[in-house]
Amino acid sequence: MEVTTNAGDQIRTEAHRRRQSGFRRLRKEKYLWLLVLPGLIYFAVFKYLPMFGIVIAFKKYNPFTGIWKSPWAGFEYFQRMMDSPDVLRVLWNTLVLSFYQIAFVFFVPIVLALMINEIAYPWLKRLIQTVIYLPHFLSWVVVAGVFYLLFNSGGSVTSILAGLGYDNANVLTDPAMFRPLIILQSIWKEAGWGTILYLAALLGVDPELYEAAKIDGAGRFRQMWNISLPGIRSTVCILLILRMGSVLDVGFEQIFLMLNPQVSQVGEVIDTYVYFLGIRQGNFSFAAAVGLTKGIVGLLMIASANWLTRRLGEKGLF
Amino acid sequence: MFSTKWSYRIFDGTNILLLLGFSVLTFIPFLHVFAMSFLSLDNAKEFQRFLLWPTQWDFTSYQYIYDTRIFFSSLKNTVWITVVGTLINIAFTSSMAYSCSRRSFSGKRWIMLMVLFTMLFNGGLIPTYLVVNGLGLIDSLWAIVIPSAVSAFNMIVLKEFFEGIHESILESAKIDGCNDLGIFFRIVLPLSLPALATFTLFYAVANWNQYFASIIYTNSSDLWPLQVLLRQVVMVGQSDIFGAIDLSAPPPPPLSIQMATVMYTSLPILLLYPFLQKYFVKGMTLGAVKG
Repeated sequence: MEVTTNAGDQIRTEAHRRRQSGFRRLRKEKYLWLLVLPGLIYFAVFKYLPMFGIVIAFKKYNPFTGIWKSPWAGFEYFQRMMDSPDVLRVLWNTLVLSFYQIAFVFFVPIVLALMINEIAYPWLKRLIQTVIYLPHFLSWVVVAGVFYLLFNSGGSVTSILAGLGYDNANVLTDPAMFRPLIILQSIWKEAGWGTILYLAALLGVDPELYEAAKIDGAGRFRQMWNISLPGIRSTVCILLILRMGSVLDVGFEQIFLMLNPQVSQVGEVIDTYVYFLGIRQGNFSFAAAVGLTKGIVGLLMIASANWLTRRLGEKGLF
Repeated sequence: MFSTKWSYRIFDGTNILLLLGFSVLTFIPFLHVFAMSFLSLDNAKEFQRFLLWPTQWDFTSYQYIYDTRIFFSSLKNTVWITVVGTLINIAFTSSMAYSCSRRSFSGKRWIMLMVLFTMLFNGGLIPTYLVVNGLGLIDSLWAIVIPSAVSAFNMIVLKEFFEGIHESILESAKIDGCNDLGIFFRIVLPLSLPALATFTLFYAVANWNQYFASIIYTNSSDLWPLQVLLRQVVMVGQSDIFGAIDLSAPPPPPLSIQMATVMYTSLPILLLYPFLQKYFVKGMTLGAVKG
């Protein structure tokens, strides 16, 4: 292309040149593309394909005719969802449990971290950390199994309770005990490990601040409140945003393991409901509609929590 | 001055006592399960007590479980899932993280956006199940390891770690005639061994502990991992699932069989944990500093 006679030609050659450089670039980066490809295919197939699979929530999905040939249902399943007392019940259960978890579980690691931070002996600090991190690495099956063995009708805790005069206390099948038990389990398994990020943030606090406070006559509580706590404030905010985003995620694995027919009235949550409805009973479209609603609410929650944090002058996630 | 010193001591003392109390409460259930797993039919009275240390070292329950076919097949499945799954995890995660860590890589921006978005929103259980089903993976062990091949979070953290490797090292390798593949295998991976070890551990623990994918994607008890077997034995209460091999002797008490199954399932983690703990902590804070 030696002579360009008019503007149109010029644009065409420009586009041509850019395409050429695109190919050249692809060739130059061929190994990088080769390396990224397995991961890329994974995300496309197992994360993005299901997002398109959400259309079954708007169709009368029939496994034998397939997604595309199944007839459209429009918003029928969403309408049914709004009218279903079961859905309202599991939504309520999810929200209550989530509220309990934020109210009673979320702050435990913060307090633990502040307390561990006050220990002056490194070996003692390490010992305590080693012990309280441990349950995090065990599966929910093991944790729930241990709870079953302690609390079932022949279990040791039940025997102790019987000795104290609480005969036939069956904690596992008592609907009133279901939520406290879940909360206790969450604290036992995750509170210790939850301190890690706070402790890392506390390492970054300038030790001179404590010295200065001491000279000013501040007691230990005062130092915790005015120096340590502000030191982890941004970490708390970020973790709180993340927690808000998953307000409808209350730990499927844990709840699934602790559910039994006697407690399902208070114990069933959205995730377990979707599982039983969809995979066990084959009600794919209805279950997908419930799941989609949950996903959208999660997205909205995380966006608004993020917006709120930024409004309050903290750094958000995005 | 005197009073400050005393108030400090009281503060420290209470603080340490409370934390030690929390630690003990964390540990006691385990000790109890451990102690009870050694009980046999001969000392049934002990089941009424809250033992914290074995009164005898009777391995009958362990032997009984060990000899059964279902235990062996579950152990085999768990080991397969842990080994194959972790290899896939590390291969996919590190190669993807490497390409996205290269500053000049033209796909970097949109690939990272695509990965980040999956952390905020996903298709949900049912559509994912239909994809796995459509690929014909149902009722095979591949359905356990492939749908969780890459964790978006781990990939992002590892990418940040790779970005910390100095550009000049990569440049000089390039001048010496190394292509992008060579840089990955000969420079980046060897320089990141501690980080890779940490992620291998994270993935391996997750694979060893997984049970949910098995419940959803497999139906046959031949494909059960240990975790599902444990659930069956303790939560469903099928301690007779093992089936007696030796019919001449009565089986051990159900409770000690259940306790021993818990111990078998958590043993590798309990044994390795004290030595590996510092890697876990390092890996977790690695992600936190950047995030």
